Amino acid sequence: MAQAEVSIKPTEAQGGHGHPDKWKWYDYFTFNVDHKVIGIQYLVTSFLFYLVGGFMAVLMRTELATPDSDFLSPELYNAFLTNHGTIMIFLWIVPAAIGGFGNFLIPLMIGARDMAFPKLNALAFWLNPPAGAVLAASFFLGGGAQSGWTSYPPLSEITANLPQTLWCVALIMVGTSSILGSVNFLVTIWKMRVPSMAWDQMPLFCWAMVATSILALFATPVLAAALILLTFDINFGTSFFKPDAGGNVVVYQHLFWFYSHPAVYLMILPIFGIMSEVIPVHARKPIFGYKAIAYSSLTICLVGLFVWVHHMFTSGTAPWMRIFFTISTLIVAVPTGVKIFSWVATLWGGKIRYTTAMLFAVGLLSMFVFGGLSGVTLGAAPFDIHVHDTYYVVGHFHYVLFGGSVFGIYSGVYHWFPKITGRMLNEGLGKVHFVLTFIGTILTFTPMHNLGMQGMPRRVAMYDPQFAHLNQLVTVGAYILAVSVIPFYINVIWSWMAGAKAGPNPWNALTMEWTTDSPPIIENWEVLPVLTHGPYEYGMDKADQVGPAGEPTEATRV
Amino acid sequence: MQGSIDSNAAVANGHEVAAHEEHQDLRVLGLITFLASEFLMFAGFFAVFLVFRGSHVQWPPEETEVELLLPAVNTLILVSSSWVINLGTKAIKKNDLAGMRKWFGITAAMGAVFLAGQVYEYMNLGYGLKTNLFSNCFYLTTGFHGAHVFIGLLLILGVLWRSRRANHYSDITHTGPEMAEIYWHFVDVVWIVLFTLIYLLTLLN
Repeated sequence: MAQAEVSIKPTEAQGGHGHPDKWKWYDYFTFNVDHKVIGIQYLVTSFLFYLVGGFMAVLMRTELATPDSDFLSPELYNAFLTNHGTIMIFLWIVPAAIGGFGNFLIPLMIGARDMAFPKLNALAFWLNPPAGAVLAASFFLGGGAQSGWTSYPPLSEITANLPQTLWCVALIMVGTSSILGSVNFLVTIWKMRVPSMAWDQMPLFCWAMVATSILALFATPVLAAALILLTFDINFGTSFFKPDAGGNVVVYQHLFWFYSHPAVYLMILPIFGIMSEVIPVHARKPIFGYKAIAYSSLTICLVGLFVWVHHMFTSGTAPWMRIFFTISTLIVAVPTGVKIFSWVATLWGGKIRYTTAMLFAVGLLSMFVFGGLSGVTLGAAPFDIHVHDTYYVVGHFHYVLFGGSVFGIYSGVYHWFPKITGRMLNEGLGKVHFVLTFIGTILTFTPMHNLGMQGMPRRVAMYDPQFAHLNQLVTVGAYILAVSVIPFYINVIWSWMAGAKAGPNPWNALTMEWTTDSPPIIENWEVLPVLTHGPYEYGMDKADQVGPAGEPTEATRV
Repeated sequence: MQGSIDSNAAVANGHEVAAHEEHQDLRVLGLITFLASEFLMFAGFFAVFLVFRGSHVQWPPEETEVELLLPAVNTLILVSSSWVINLGTKAIKKNDLAGMRKWFGITAAMGAVFLAGQVYEYMNLGYGLKTNLFSNCFYLTTGFHGAHVFIGLLLILGVLWRSRRANHYSDITHTGPEMAEIYWHFVDVVWIVLFTLIYLLTLLN
């Protein structure tokens, strides 16, 4: 590690890597091993898949504007609901939050030149586009998988065999990508911090990524096992999940949810990390309860591995298991509450700048409290049995996944876009984007709770006419959400080409990624930085009066 | 950075590369992290097996009993090969290249014998993958383990192939053999659990 403090440039000159000084546009389409390129590849790809998944949602909501099945064929509706869920989870939120922000930020935050295993990292990314292609192929070879993103047998074994197999293949690919990425994150954070950075001086985003990676490492292979068994059942004549031949469908549910419940935390823990970065910077206050937030991520990771049966309260689950898993599920609310209150306490008395990044972070706070509370109600077995498989569940998980994860990704993009591209996003368009998203989210996902309480089942193209009014409200909300992404994509494309120059540290933030150029040079720093202060020491010393070069900054002018 | 992956090329260049290395070799740590994850996939298969075992009156059902003698011999071969490969990495740590090549060669041969024994067992069992739920579990689990043994065998052969180059492995640079050894131990540990669950537990019936 002694070498770490020495400038690498002379070594380069002696004929080291043969790196160019700056990446060209076409480098982003190749097997590039730079963590920043890979991070951008993840983000851009996932934002494209976001459009595909969103397009499916809009078509489904159009179908649901009327009680009859009169717009999409029922098979196409099923294929859309299956692939909407699959794409949004596995090709949008997971790669954007974990792959995108994780890869771009972790080495920059801990003062490393790259990830521990750069080639493995590139390999992990390049498993994603083919997985998307395989899902697309499943539409053309038999109309797409029909059995929902959970793919419970026997339904998944008796409908659309070839598309279902392709669906399994695609998921095994993204799962492998997730495992390889997690190995990289864990080893990088563990071993490659600058020597001056102790564990408790690490930015909280890195703590969140430690918890995320552990979870992905332990849960994803179990999903792989389930999908392999499902593939064998469909194609090779085995009967693991065929009750008539002695198999057991509930075994699949256990394996599936052993991964897929932790997957919920995979999608929210990195977002919690983003929150813990964005809020102190834009509130100009030290984070409240650093250790509480760090350790609560690990607690969620640990407890989160033992709650999966709450998805199966109506699967003939034994009463003692219902009690156990109700209790373990409700316990998750404690570390989550620790985080929520810590963020609120950070905001309290802060010098808050309502930048778009901050608006999305505060918006997330309100959305996630709502989604979290409906999650607590669902965790209680007696209530869950009543609303199981209704729109109440759909409303709940969209509140946490859209109001939580997607808001967090937006917040992160507005916060780090200047670092990633060297240019500022337009704040005016950003605020239009936020207002549309906020209104759209409430309008789309709140009435779903009422629909569920009244008994409207999920995953159907036709419904009882008494539900029509609320469904039309939901559809209007969905259209607003569809419109809301337009200013965002325009903003990103326009700002990337012609936005105002950002400079190294436009938010006057203290974490290490802001000590290098925007966009960072290849290998991140000429000379690796030395840690002189903690990541969140805002409002304590001159950091809030002057910028790095002694100039008054936006922070002090506001 | 390339140094961490391309250390094979890197080592050949000697000092230049040593100056270029920015962090310690983390590949062993990465492999162990990965294998911890990999083990959970087998744990999934084992859990499925145990659930079915617990919920069926007769397990394995008649006509699909398991062979015991051959797998026991196979177990002996695979478990002892873990000691043999360890002798190989011990040798290279003392800069004894010939010793490493000898012990790795023997390990590869033992692995090949194990795989051959597995195939022989499959061919003489008299039932196939589709016969019943037990045979589903049996072939899937042993098959996946066999695939991992095969990969381990390729890793060992890869180490042997690369050891032909002068100074490729030495008492300082031996990450390759070390990783092959760790992977081989992993395959061994999975087999011990598998042998206990699928074979030995039938003795309780």
